[in-house]
Parts: sequence; C-alpha cells; structure tokens
Amino acid sequence: MKGREPMASPDDLTGENAPLYAARKGVYPKKVDGAFRRFKWAVMGITLAIYYGTPWIRWDRGPYAPDQAVLVDLANRRFYMFQIEIWPHEFYYVAGLLIMAGIGLFLVTSAVGRAWCGYACPQTVWTDLFQHVDRLVDGDRNAQIRLANGPWTLEKVSKRTVKYLIYLTIAFWTGGAWIMYFADAPTLTVDFWTGQAAPIAYGTVAVLTATTFVLGGFMREQVCIYMCPWPRIQTAMMDEKSLLVTYKDWRGEPRGSVKKAQAHPGAFGDCIDCNQCVAVCPTGIDIREGPQIGCITCALCIDACDDVMGQIGRTRGLIDYCTLDDAAVEKAGGVGKPVMKTLLRPRTLIYFGIWCAIGAAMLFSLGQRTRLDLAVQHERSPLYVQLSDGHIRNNYTLKLRNMETRPRRVAVTVDGLAGAAVWTENGSRETATRRVEIALAPDSVTRVKLFVAAPGEGPARQDFTIATRGLDGDPRGDSDIIQFDRPEAGQ
Amino acid sequence: MADKKRIDEATGTSTVGHEWDGIEELDTPMPRWWLWTFYASIVWAAGYVVLYPAWPMLNSATQGVLGWTSRGALDREMEAQAARRAPINSAIAATALTDLPAKPELMQAAVQGGAAAFRVHCVQCHGAGGAGVKKLYPSLTDDDWLWGGDLASIEYTIAHGIRNPDHKATRTSQMPAFGRDGILDAAQIADVVSHVRVISGQEKPGAAAARGNTLFQANCAVCHGATGAGDRTVGAPKLTDAVWLYGGDRDSLTATIVQPRNGVMPRWAHRIDPVTVKMLATYVYSLGGGEKAAPQVATDEGQGADGQP
Repeated sequence: MKGREPMASPDDLTGENAPLYAARKGVYPKKVDGAFRRFKWAVMGITLAIYYGTPWIRWDRGPYAPDQAVLVDLANRRFYMFQIEIWPHEFYYVAGLLIMAGIGLFLVTSAVGRAWCGYACPQTVWTDLFQHVDRLVDGDRNAQIRLANGPWTLEKVSKRTVKYLIYLTIAFWTGGAWIMYFADAPTLTVDFWTGQAAPIAYGTVAVLTATTFVLGGFMREQVCIYMCPWPRIQTAMMDEKSLLVTYKDWRGEPRGSVKKAQAHPGAFGDCIDCNQCVAVCPTGIDIREGPQIGCITCALCIDACDDVMGQIGRTRGLIDYCTLDDAAVEKAGGVGKPVMKTLLRPRTLIYFGIWCAIGAAMLFSLGQRTRLDLAVQHERSPLYVQLSDGHIRNNYTLKLRNMETRPRRVAVTVDGLAGAAVWTENGSRETATRRVEIALAPDSVTRVKLFVAAPGEGPARQDFTIATRGLDGDPRGDSDIIQFDRPEAGQ
Repeated sequence: MADKKRIDEATGTSTVGHEWDGIEELDTPMPRWWLWTFYASIVWAAGYVVLYPAWPMLNSATQGVLGWTSRGALDREMEAQAARRAPINSAIAATALTDLPAKPELMQAAVQGGAAAFRVHCVQCHGAGGAGVKKLYPSLTDDDWLWGGDLASIEYTIAHGIRNPDHKATRTSQMPAFGRDGILDAAQIADVVSHVRVISGQEKPGAAAARGNTLFQANCAVCHGATGAGDRTVGAPKLTDAVWLYGGDRDSLTATIVQPRNGVMPRWAHRIDPVTVKMLATYVYSLGGGEKAAPQVATDEGQGADGQP
C-alpha cells in the first residue's frame, strides 16, 4: 500500500464518482532541523531509553524478593517499582497513577494542545523512528517518492528488503523489551534464546513485533486519524486558550514568491508558497488549511518555515504555537499574551492542583501503609458451636499478609471478649490462652483457622477485636472488629 | 435522495444525500486497509465455520471438522486435573492416617480434598461445614463424639457407617424403646428425665430425680454409664454435657426415651475410594473437635471415669 499513487486525484473523491474506499496517500516527510526537531530527538532518546532499558536496572531487595527494579510479577501477583512493592489488594495505587495520567493529559492538552500526540505518544515516537529508517535507506523525500513510484528494479527490491529487515529488527526488539517487564530480564533473555521461555513470552513478542512492524512501518498516521480516540477527545478538551500549531494566515496571505513580492511590494504576504511545511509533515497535511484532526502538533513545520524565513530574511514565526484568542488579537493588529500567561491560567492551575493533590495523597498513604495486614472472616456454617462444657466456640479464618520480604513471627490476640481463649489447628483448647503466635513466610499470605471459645453466658451477638502485631521489633500491625455469636435465648 | 447529494464546501467532500432538519452527513471514504481487514474477517469466519461447530440445526449444530466440543474440553481439563493430583493422592495413600497431622503439606492437601468430597457426599445430612442439623444429624464441629473423634475412629465410622443392617463391621447399638414397648411407664420416664436433667446441670436435685437415679442405674447405666458419661464403643452419648443431639429439654428427652431415634449413617467404603475416605476423615478431624489421643472418655469432675469396657 505504501508508495502507491493515490487512487484518484482529490477532485475525483467527491460527487457522483466518490469511491467507497480511499487508498492511503503516501507520506514522505522531508528531513528538517530546528529547535523542535532537536526537542523531538531528545524526547525520542529518553522515552526509548526508558522503554528498552528499565527492565535491566537492578535493585537489591534481599534474598526473598526479585532484584529487578521494575517488575510486574503476574505469576506471584506482585508489582515492584524500585522501593515500592504493590500487592493486588493495593491496586488502587495503580488506579491512582492512571487517574494522575488522565489528569496529566487534561493538563497538558489544555495548556499546550496535543503535545502528547506530537512528542511522547509511542505511535509518534516509533513512526518517527521508522521514518528515519526510510531516510537512511531510501534517501530524503524526493528520493523516496521516486523510488516508490518507480518500477521494481533490483535496486528497489534490495532497498525494500534492507528497509523491512531493519523495520523487523526494531519491531522485534520492541516486542522483546516488553516481556522483560514481566520476568527477570537476564534469565528471560537466556530462556528466550534457548527455547526455555513460556509460550506466552514467544506469543507476546510475536504479536508486538507484528503490531510494531505494521503500525510503525505502514499504518503510521492512519492510526492517529482513524483508530485513535485520543485526538477526538482532545479536540473536546482544548479551548481558545490552548496552544496550537498555527499558520498565521493574516501574515502569510496572499502567498507569492520572493520574486513576485519584489515586483509588487505590499501585494503579497510573508508565505512564499515553498511548500516546505507540507514536505516535512509526518502526517502529510497542509497546516495552512487551519487546525485539523490530522495535525499532531509536532511543530516540525515551524522548524521548516522558520528556516525558510531566516534564509529570505523575513521575521520567523509565520507558523508558530499560538492560541485561538491570540490569533484573533494578532489578526486585529494587537500583540498576543506572553507564553507564561497563556500557560498559567485557572484551568491549568486547577488541573495541576488536582494532579499534585492525588500524587501527594498517594505518597502519604504509601508512607503510612502497614506491611502486616489482617483480614478476618467469621465462619458462617456453623455460626457457633456448642461445646460440651457449656462454652461456645466460633471459628474464624485469618488472612495474615506479611508484605515484608523477610520471615516474621507475629502474635494474634483477642480483646473485648470476656473469658475468651484462642487456638489454631496446631494448638488445642487445653493449652489455649488469649494469644497465639504464628510464623509467617516472607512476602506471602498465610491462612490460619482460629478457634475462639468463650463462656456461653453473654449476648447473642457481640463485637470483639482480633489484633496482630509483629514480635520482631516492629510492633506495627493491624486489627479487625468481628462478631462473636452465641445461640439465641431458648435455643 | 440522490438528487440532494452535493459537495460540502468546507471539506470538499460529497454528502450522502440525506438531510435531517438541516443536518447532513459527509460521505467520507473508508480507508482501504479497513476494507482489507473486513475481507480478512470474512475469510476467518469461513474457516471458523468449517472447523468448529457453527450452524444451528433442528436438534444440534454442525459439528465442525476439528470435532471440538465444550464437553470434550471439560473432560480434558478434568483429566489434566486428576493427573496433577495423582502424586499427592498417592502420597496420602502411602501415609498412615495417624501420621498425616505431622506432615503439614500432606495434611493440608488431604483436608482440602476431604472438604471437596464432603460437599458431595456429606452435606446433605451434616450440613455445610459439618454444622449438623438440630435434632436430626450431629454436628461434626464440636468436642462431643458419639463414636470417637480421633482420626482412626472417624475413618472407621465413615468407612463402615452406623447401623447398616447388611454390614457386619458397621457401628451399631440399639437403645430400647422404653416408652413404646412399655418397659417404663410415663411417671417413671418423667423421673428418669428429671435425673438426666440433674446430672446435666439443668435442674436442681429433688425426689423425682432421686427416683429417676434408681431407674437409671437399673435401665440406662449399662450403656450410658453410672454417672451418665456415655460409652463410645456403643455410641451411647454422654448425658452430662451441654451438647444434645436430639434436645435436652423435658419434652425432647421424654420423646427420646419413649421412642429412641437410633440414627443411621450410610457406609462409604464400598462407594468411594480409600484415599477419599482418608481425606474425609482428616477434614472432619480439622473442623475443631478432632481428638489427638486414642479414644478416651472425658471424666466428670470428682466422680471418676466410667472406664472403657
């Protein structure tokens, strides 16, 4: 599909002759340099380094936990991120992170428009990478178009082969890096190449290799325009104060070449219709047609236009980041607000405030959370057991979570139940007191059946406390209020 | 409608020709790759229809050349599960029942297996969790046992049942129907009831209880013991404690003496395999009343034990 001539010229896409299905028009972005291009390089370098490199960072957690800094251990249901270990019941931290990511996107979009799309989105980063591969193998824009339209010569076949092999290598590396987040990276790498890894690992790599190859190598801007919901959501979140990549038509129109402008001073605007902004666009749009869904605001057209304006000695910024409000002001001859004033307004500040508040709340609760957790379940069948000496016994299932990566000894005690005695399956009633000691394996959940016996005289339903605390110097623990049942009167 | 088709000025795209209160729809072409995906789905569906059950017919559906069925898939899963459990089952089979509590992992597996089997075979009478049913079926969770609460006794009871007339090794005993058969008259039965309620701490001693004691020693003590401590070898319940299978109030006790229940439990050794019986025993043992030592009869304070026969 790539490299084909458009099926019909734009005029034929309309009216009675409109085809039901549109072929993709090839996009061959030209090489460009400038401030935004360099920023894009930096973002690409950082995001790819994070993606490929993170699983290889080591982090010492002692003998009972993995030493990989970031690890999603699905088999054991743990999520490790440097100092933080998340258990499944603490998944709300992940939910909180997702909410922060959502609000972060609100914040970014309301302030600087589709900056996420233009710089940080994986689809953008990988498409950018693949377009560099295109330039490396096929040459710049014109060479690419020539090659795409040319016949299948030996040169074209060999160039295509080389290019697709590089695509595949990048795609495979991308898929391979993904699985490293879910198992010990060095071990998995060896297992992977010796055929010892789990089938799901090979399947995941195959799927991600295929999607990276197709989405990054071929689908490219089609993903942004047809598949991704985010551009549609963002258009709803932007307002007249959001920064947009704007062609300042009041300055540029009517377009005319430098020669024409010299011949008729004052008759033409600054745009010399050199088409550089279109040539460099990675989604193949013309920014001069105004804001549109295809624009991911990567600002490469700003770099291209600034370069041309510099060469012909005109003021830069014919294409520039500009808000709709400022555009109206500048059109009327005024001067737009400074960028900082555009960024700092109630809406962005409120988003930022919410974002910070959630982050601070999560950090606070992370620092406060106890690593010894108790959950008590009252056995319902039978609710109570009549013992032969007239006492009543209730059974409870304790779930003791030792979230420390070391073995622990803890005490379980009952409080608020007169004459109570507790024992576990390993103990017996004869030796029972108000307290049992339990050994917990590191980083694990221990289920213990706790028998609680108390005198038969008392209310039919009575709340009491079961508490646990560490016996190894860290007395922090947890407690649960739970019900003790006795037979109703007359039973 | 086609006559209303026009080119939209802002986008240069044709409209579809429909118009609703001034709202028109652009006839934007679908991308080509979308079409290909659509065709690929059709090809996939055709293959699926041939390979898997698909078309509903009058009585069933087309079978599909792979012969896949959900029942077959379940069978394979069950077989895989059985194969996975085989090693631990054989380990449990090879371990003496009384040695199991010393091996926590085996014991835990046995209790889990027993819990599963209990839900299939036992809950109908004994209730979920062995809670029992008041005045019908005994609770298995308390510390009062008719036939013994250690592992071996429980296993024996499960294997051979209680009062199975067609089985020699079954646990059996029969309490006479003192009222129905006229062995004791109504007044005598009332006296015995008074005595039983005195030794179980529910009534204060009196003349009736004293008369009842004499009758008790003559008629009941042979099984229930002189002090009412019961005898597990014949399944005679202890009468001095707080646990009453058929009720400890005057009416219930009178009914029991007039016409005893002589409860029946089926035997299981010929229906389920020995490992499952073993696992059931560990489960019942684990419910809270399991006794560690060999069969013994608890003593009444200060009155001396009614030793085993």
